[in-house]
Amino acid sequence: MSHDITVPLYRAAHGRTGDKGDRSNISVIAWHPSLYPLLVAQLTPERVAACFRHRSPSQVQRFLLPKLQAMNFVLDGVLDGGVNDALNLDTHGKALSFLLLDMPIEVPPSLARELVGQAPP
Amino acid sequence: MNRIDHPALLIGCAAGFSGDRTDAAGPVVDTLIARLAQGPAGQRAFLIFETLAERTLALAQLRRRADPEAGYEPLLDAMLRPVLARCLAHGIRIVSNFGAAHPRAAARHIARLARELGIAPPRIAVVQGDDLSAPAQLALLRREFGDRMDGIRLVSANAYIGAEPIAAALDAGAQVVVCGRVADPSLAVGPAMSHFGWRSDEWDKLGRATMAGHLLECGAQVCGGYFADPGYKDVPGLAQVGFPIAEIDADGRCVIGKAGGTGGLVTEATVKEQLLYEVHDPAGYLTPDVVADIAEAEVEAVGPDRVALRGVRGHARPSHYKVNVCHEGGWLAEGEISYAGPRAEARARLAADVLRQRLDGLALRVDLIGALSILGDDAGHALAATADSGLRDIRLRVAATHAERAQAERLGREVMALYTCGPAGGGGVRTTLTPRLNTLSCLLPREAVPVGFEMLEEPAQ
Repeated sequence: MSHDITVPLYRAAHGRTGDKGDRSNISVIAWHPSLYPLLVAQLTPERVAACFRHRSPSQVQRFLLPKLQAMNFVLDGVLDGGVNDALNLDTHGKALSFLLLDMPIEVPPSLARELVGQAPP
Repeated sequence: MNRIDHPALLIGCAAGFSGDRTDAAGPVVDTLIARLAQGPAGQRAFLIFETLAERTLALAQLRRRADPEAGYEPLLDAMLRPVLARCLAHGIRIVSNFGAAHPRAAARHIARLARELGIAPPRIAVVQGDDLSAPAQLALLRREFGDRMDGIRLVSANAYIGAEPIAAALDAGAQVVVCGRVADPSLAVGPAMSHFGWRSDEWDKLGRATMAGHLLECGAQVCGGYFADPGYKDVPGLAQVGFPIAEIDADGRCVIGKAGGTGGLVTEATVKEQLLYEVHDPAGYLTPDVVADIAEAEVEAVGPDRVALRGVRGHARPSHYKVNVCHEGGWLAEGEISYAGPRAEARARLAADVLRQRLDGLALRVDLIGALSILGDDAGHALAATADSGLRDIRLRVAATHAERAQAERLGREVMALYTCGPAGGGGVRTTLTPRLNTLSCLLPREAVPVGFEMLEEPAQ
């Protein structure tokens, strides 16, 4: 019996960050429809909140878009006040999608062929 | 069939923010002209420029204070000069929010540009109503904000108004429509409303056109801009990335493509990323025109660099306009210095400690660029949890804000002092001091914000 493999999320999905005020939204879009259910099962709002814990989100909401094989995470309070107030060079939090996309996920070997790119060395 | 069967409306977008590429419009206009020449009779095309982000308008207001004839998009001339004559000659009408804090002055600039180009004066409409700095409306805002407006130094107050005055201006024959603060997607909804004769309560049609506008409003971002990730998301010809063109049908459904002869790509993946960009609840994307709903939306590639968007719905528009009030927000001080070679990270961390001790009274943000910077937090929790990893090329950055300029200025002087008083081998100091803007938001009932347009009267010359 073969075991699940652990891969970074960016091999299974892509996404983009947007911002409004102190609120960030990060889309996560499956590269293949067959990968979508495992993303829904594993990328829970709780896990995403943990990924951003050093930015102290006050709330993480997840919206599912099954027809796009996508989900939209809305993170409140993660931008240190947002574009007017933050001291970060990246006041918009534009880079945050890549923090999320680096999260490890488990993929069954039967779906490994749908992953993008190579396993990191 | 009793409905007039309109050919698809073409809307190209040539700017996605203030300061976007000024050579973007050329290929979009070339493509629109070619499509009109090949297309069915009665086909029409528009060109939109989206140039206003949340704070752009406040910055424009500051420029207008310094110069009464300024306050509109600084690149207006550079964006329009290459394409204005061709657009007007081929019946391509132009809609933009490049009026920013002074749409009337922008309109005068365009009239002047037309004279310089030796073309017939275009009919230019100026959309009005977004600027809420008149005393009666400021009083309304004071009631909304209460003591939050006490003691602030107001820079700008604007409502995000919608597509109706744009459509009305086009119905009245405007060839160029200059807006200030309108909701970004309304730049596309206005032309569609006017062209197809939609009522302002045809929610599904308005919802679909709104999402078409949403896909267009960031320019290249739907055509492979802001998408490339080598080995994972490769984009051909990124240096010549094209700008988008939407084909919108009489029910508001759209196909997104891009200007011919350009780089980039339009795929289901690029369209999905842009569709969700800056969206919160997908079932409730709020605009002044409609509440758009993409919960059941689908995308489908229908040709090379052509993707159809389907399944968008619309619900009744909000009863209120969103209003942003910008005010002066003190000073932002930033300073940087680099350390390289053996123990570079240790010396950069020591420099940060020195600055923390010297700059008491300032809440200092510290970045170790090369080790941990933009993924960190202002309070420094992430950095505190990160041990020295022995990196050999680190740029230390510190930042702080203060209401008083003199306090904020201390930061730059202390970073400069690291040259002689800090750890060994620091180099390349840069310091900046920038005035900040802060924003308050509220909702105002639509009735409190009358909107409309005026045609620019050409001054006799």
